Amino acid sequence: MTKQAWPILLGLGLIVLIALPLVAGKFGLDLAARIMIMAIFAMSLDLLVGFAGMVSLGHAAFFGIGAYALYLLSPQYGGASLFLSLPAAVVAAALAAFVIGLLVLRSSGVYFIMVTLAFGEMFYYYANGARWLGGSDGAYVYQRPSAGPIDLGQGHAFYYLVLIALAASYLLLRVILRAPFGHALRGIRSNDHRMRSLGFATPHYKLLAFVIAGALAGLAGYFDAAQFGVVNPELFGWRLSGSVLMMVILGGMGTIDGAILGAAVLVLLENFLGDLTTHWLLPMGMFIVAAVLLLPQGLIDPASLWRTTRARRHV
Amino acid sequence: MSEPILRAERLGKNFGGLAAVRDVSLDLAPNQIHAVIGPNGAGKTTLINLLSGDLVPTTGRVFFRGTEIEGHALDSIARLGIARAYQRTNIFAGFSIFENCRLAAQARRQPGIRLFRPALGYREVNDAAERALALAGIETRADERASDLSHGEQRQLELAMALATEPQVLLLDEPLAGMGLEEASRITTLIARLGADHAILLVEHDMDAVFNIAATVTVMVDGAVLASGTPAVIRTDAAVQAAYLGEAV
Repeated sequence: MTKQAWPILLGLGLIVLIALPLVAGKFGLDLAARIMIMAIFAMSLDLLVGFAGMVSLGHAAFFGIGAYALYLLSPQYGGASLFLSLPAAVVAAALAAFVIGLLVLRSSGVYFIMVTLAFGEMFYYYANGARWLGGSDGAYVYQRPSAGPIDLGQGHAFYYLVLIALAASYLLLRVILRAPFGHALRGIRSNDHRMRSLGFATPHYKLLAFVIAGALAGLAGYFDAAQFGVVNPELFGWRLSGSVLMMVILGGMGTIDGAILGAAVLVLLENFLGDLTTHWLLPMGMFIVAAVLLLPQGLIDPASLWRTTRARRHV
Repeated sequence: MSEPILRAERLGKNFGGLAAVRDVSLDLAPNQIHAVIGPNGAGKTTLINLLSGDLVPTTGRVFFRGTEIEGHALDSIARLGIARAYQRTNIFAGFSIFENCRLAAQARRQPGIRLFRPALGYREVNDAAERALALAGIETRADERASDLSHGEQRQLELAMALATEPQVLLLDEPLAGMGLEEASRITTLIARLGADHAILLVEHDMDAVFNIAATVTVMVDGAVLASGTPAVIRTDAAVQAAYLGEAV
């Protein structure tokens, strides 16, 4: 894929997504919204994994916080205020990421993976046992949020708000990754020690990346709860953390675009394989193994297939 | 002698039972080159690590312009204007040569986090990076990947990165190692010139270079200071001759 082709492809994708409600039915739009929500989630993790070099296995914690924030802010028999609940969910996730980040960023490498996993599981078990959060059964969000004329339960409002959120998240990430902040993050992934010896307070950079990633994950979680109308402890769990990490790796780490592609492919596979067979996890697993082996740079870089097969011939 | 910029006071560093540096005191005067020589394992690199903040001393104190800094974070010491070129090349191998230096310049000129304007749009940072590359003599290769440089050229990049942070103090750990003759003499001249407006601590094996450009030479053996003085004094010091220089000088 050449560099010049990307903006065109992105523009086309955006036009397709804008026009989709004209042609697609409810099923198609729900699926597209699901993909976009997971894409926001995966992009947020890519900021950590692909740019700052921090592999988190607890990223679902912030997704869950965003989701539960909507549940807690929804009145029992009505919809929450969109303008209140959406920022509140994002801020709650960001605050949690700040506090957790202060603790987990003391570690790195495998220890970072384990500590983030542990934090995610803490949230899972807490929600599992907390009656005020609905316990292990979870709880319902009976109505989607609304604000004046905008009602996410009506027409295509939800779909378009998710699309706007996806585009805004994408732009935000592109801007900060092009800024001195993003350049410093890549430097930290390449050689944290050297960055510090040049004078960068790398813990601050990593903490801010963690907070931004947490906030965007919270945004995704908020939409997830709004879409399905239900929250449960699984939203905090390691399965979700693992599958979003898989989206990032499958699509191509450190590319942002790859995270979107990975999210689309995994959500679609889950859907269609799930319809074909109850043993859908088996072909899904085989697909992931094959993709990771053959396309080490991710689906975003199909040319790497040619490179890996060629490299193998030379061995 | 004027007030030292960087002062080490009775520094010691133990690794388990091994005393890598023992009771080392040393003053870095402004606008002077202070060379530290000694056989391998004498503790020269450890001494630099203690001054740069890479290591925390077991005993003793480090002062920068009269303020105690030992035990401070590595990055906060760097931000005081103490730059270091590593002996084992420590660069961002996957980045362009320019980006290696640009990051160094960014560290100095933009210590706060900047989130919005494009990094490459800051002229003053780009200019500082390009100046440093030109000083070190690798400006023509700015767009190549750092990992494509030869070993000697990576040493030049290492020096360029230190310069791009526009430091007051330069801690140079064997900057000439692995360089060809021509580059070594070019870099020696550069270091001599930098000595006019920087305080430089130079660890180097090339004795000709050291004795030509250093104002003060400290000789370390077994982690301790054996002798310290002007090159002329060190050249004729009997203990130094016996312990280290031998017939070579």
